[in-house]
Amino acid sequence: MSGLRWTIWLPLAVFAAFLALVGLQLYRPAEREVQSAMIGKPVPQFALPAASPDRPGVSTADFRDGKPKLLNIWASWCIPCAAEAPQLAELQVQGAQIVGVAIRDKPEDVAAFLAQYGNPYARIGADNLSSIQLEIGSSGVPETFVVDGQGIIRYQHIGDVRKRDVAILLDKLKEAGE
Amino acid sequence: MIAEFGLAALWLAASLAVLQLLGGAVALREGEERLAVLVRPAAAVQGVLAALSFGALLLLFTRTDLSVKLVAMNSHSAKPFIYKLSGAWGNHEGSMLLWVTVMAMAGALIALLERRLPEKTIQATLAAQAFVGLGFYAFLLFSSNPFERLPEPAAEGMGLNPLLQDIGLALHPPTLYFGYVGLSVAFSFAVGALITRQVTPAFARAMRPWVLGAWIFLTLGITAGSYWAYYELGWGGWWFWDPVENASLMPWLAATALLHSASVLAARDALRAWTIMLGVVAFSMSMVGTFLVRSGILTSVHAFAVDPERGSFILALLAIYIGGALTLFALRAGTVAEGERFAVTSREGALVFNNVMLCAILGIVLLGTLYPLLTEAFDVKVSVGPPYFNPAGAIFFVPMVVVMAIGPLLRWRRDWLGRVKTPLIFAALVSLATLVGVLAWNPPGFLSLLGFAMATGLGVASLLPLRGRSLRRLPLAVWGMVIAHLGIAVSLFGMASESAFSVEKLVAARVGETMTVGPWQVRLNAVEPVAGPNWTAMEGRLAAEYRGGRAVTVTPQSRTFWAPEQETSESALLTRWNGQLYAVLGDESDDGRWQLRLWWKPFVTLIWFGGMLIALGGLLALLGRLANDLKRRTAQAKIAERKAEMG
Amino acid sequence: MRHVLLALMLAFSLQAPALAQDSLPPAPYAYRQLDDPEQEAQAQALMETLRCLKCQSQSIADSDAPMAGDMRHQVRIRIAAGEAPESIRAWLVERYGDYVSYKPRLDGATWPLFVVPLLLVLLGAVVLLRRFGRRP
Repeated sequence: MSGLRWTIWLPLAVFAAFLALVGLQLYRPAEREVQSAMIGKPVPQFALPAASPDRPGVSTADFRDGKPKLLNIWASWCIPCAAEAPQLAELQVQGAQIVGVAIRDKPEDVAAFLAQYGNPYARIGADNLSSIQLEIGSSGVPETFVVDGQGIIRYQHIGDVRKRDVAILLDKLKEAGE
Repeated sequence: MIAEFGLAALWLAASLAVLQLLGGAVALREGEERLAVLVRPAAAVQGVLAALSFGALLLLFTRTDLSVKLVAMNSHSAKPFIYKLSGAWGNHEGSMLLWVTVMAMAGALIALLERRLPEKTIQATLAAQAFVGLGFYAFLLFSSNPFERLPEPAAEGMGLNPLLQDIGLALHPPTLYFGYVGLSVAFSFAVGALITRQVTPAFARAMRPWVLGAWIFLTLGITAGSYWAYYELGWGGWWFWDPVENASLMPWLAATALLHSASVLAARDALRAWTIMLGVVAFSMSMVGTFLVRSGILTSVHAFAVDPERGSFILALLAIYIGGALTLFALRAGTVAEGERFAVTSREGALVFNNVMLCAILGIVLLGTLYPLLTEAFDVKVSVGPPYFNPAGAIFFVPMVVVMAIGPLLRWRRDWLGRVKTPLIFAALVSLATLVGVLAWNPPGFLSLLGFAMATGLGVASLLPLRGRSLRRLPLAVWGMVIAHLGIAVSLFGMASESAFSVEKLVAARVGETMTVGPWQVRLNAVEPVAGPNWTAMEGRLAAEYRGGRAVTVTPQSRTFWAPEQETSESALLTRWNGQLYAVLGDESDDGRWQLRLWWKPFVTLIWFGGMLIALGGLLALLGRLANDLKRRTAQAKIAERKAEMG
Repeated sequence: MRHVLLALMLAFSLQAPALAQDSLPPAPYAYRQLDDPEQEAQAQALMETLRCLKCQSQSIADSDAPMAGDMRHQVRIRIAAGEAPESIRAWLVERYGDYVSYKPRLDGATWPLFVVPLLLVLLGAVVLLRRFGRRP
């Protein structure tokens, strides 16, 4: 048994490792959000019909026109989307081009939302099966992506755009343009 | 008044725990008689006080005393009585109070009943029990007071999660808690034995009934939890290797190993270090499990009160108790003299092998459960689920089942396989026949196939110890072993059958349509609104016919509770001897069709029936041991009497 | 009586807080099985190992969340189109990372998961051999 004396310390060693791991992780903010893994990859092939009568639909080609854009995943039934409407308006005023994808929304609900909260979108696509949402690795609404002029996804912002995020997104857009 | 009484009782219980600890600790060092005699009474009174405290909480909940914060947050005046009661333990503070109450009552029972061991060992054990109890008392009193009052009584309670308004789930926590906390006794015994260096067969015999009792409760708790998840969550899943499920499985694995190890120590004075280590590890896993569930550190369906501060309090307790006990073990276990030797091919050998297998499975479950946490420290998110746990566990589970089949047939100390080869070959042939039969009929996945073969082989093998013995005079403990092992085989068969042969049917049906699922013809007769005490629902009326037999009505519901707002799906089950029809009603689509989910699950009930058999086996073993013990004590008492008469 | 019950239900549903749920019906194959039972079995096996991203800890096969339904729809139509299950898994992992799959793959981040069972086998063998090396 003498050659195995060290095994007597194994349970304690395992426990110490457990303590270290858990102690470390306990106070880190819980990362409940799922990041997209498509950052740095091109926007996949897709084409969505128009969700609103006065804006065209969205397709991959729209992202390859040389100008960086914001891709905003939203829905009329999503409460934080209403909260971020002023920030999106601000972004549009500052020159950002915003392409919207409405997830699982009826046309009349889209129209009502835009009438109430304003329409900062250059284009709005109707994604009734969340297929584009899945394609770009978005897991909830609202989310905003920065896509550069060649159609490469450069940055993902999860959740509604708050006041301080406006400057960040504008910066990311500028970066994407370089 | 009642709340204050409950709190006062809790404080008093905690002070008695201090007395118990001091008394035991001082007694050990100096042999101080005066303080030593206080230890047992302190433990007994502590148990009573903790029970009174918990009783006070129960009373507050049954009366829906909305001036108490816990009641206001977790109960509702319109809740049915039984769920008002179970609401007492269906929350963080209440369940922690249950934890300390069970610990205190276990200590009281030891103090009142345990006479088999040297007094010093008992005192050390009770001191250890008090030491652990104190940490949890402190946690309750300083950071999770169940009796906290609101400045103004609430107008109405916030109600209880409707998912918990279910008889199975009402009973599931107390059952599991008796299990988890029952293991604290084994922990205290182990620590007491380490401190006084008294690791003997008597020690094992004293510890064994406690471990058996806790193990029986754990088995029942896990089985009940699995069945609850099966019928309540609406998808027919019964085990997902979810972190909280694993948190209950890990103590069970350790306790199973401990049980067998203690038996070897009791019978043959071997495996001393193993038994002590497992005694410490089993309760450690209970505490780790409690921590994982309450700290918010793991993503799970079962999230309890989520609070990093509470989490770090418990973590500190874990560090002290588990770290302390494991260090004590590492320092002293080496000096616990070597026990009796035995050969590879012997009952002890088989038990050692399976102990190693059980510990390996425990390691795998622990690793898989914590792994996502580990990678998150490096900002990587992974998910570990059944596709990992099933094969990784199988690596050790398969050899374990094989040895489980052989072990009970072997003699102690030294045996040879040739002696038992005939019955075992028979079992192996049954296993092979099953394998071939299932392959020929409807080839399932590899693990399911393996499961079938192992189940039938083990089932036959578990009955082999009965061969050639008088069934009437067979000790209860042997019956216990046979039935428990048979239970494993039965459960395994159910698991294999469910995963291999379940048939699912998803339909969007109009009223009046008939659909086929497996051997059943099911007709949707109507969908009507119904109401309950605190819910309303759409109820589907389905007429189900098995192979053209008589139609039976099943009524799945889609329920809406109003306090709190929640929708649940109440599945409808139709149970036959050979399986269950499982029906769920979904939403209505725009064109008037109702979403129906139907399953035919052959032999699925064997999973939980097997679980109950395992618990029954444990119960028989417990009764057998207690009866033996009683016999021995009366015999010893008689001898002592006679000596006194003669001398 | 039915009217009363219906009225009660309506009253309570109107008082319900605005839940963030869409109003469109579920995706076509969210709750519809494929016609070919073998393909459906393949799809089901795959769905049971893919994680629902909007749930605490459930597979997409066990969840009523709309996004889970959409993911099931994608899985089914792709299987019906002849795609291999592992390629669908890879497609999802490419988008969401390993988090979305309950089946960890062997790579730089997960090698301990695969090495530890082997280590345990070795450790177990060593413990047992040493133990049984001594004869009574």
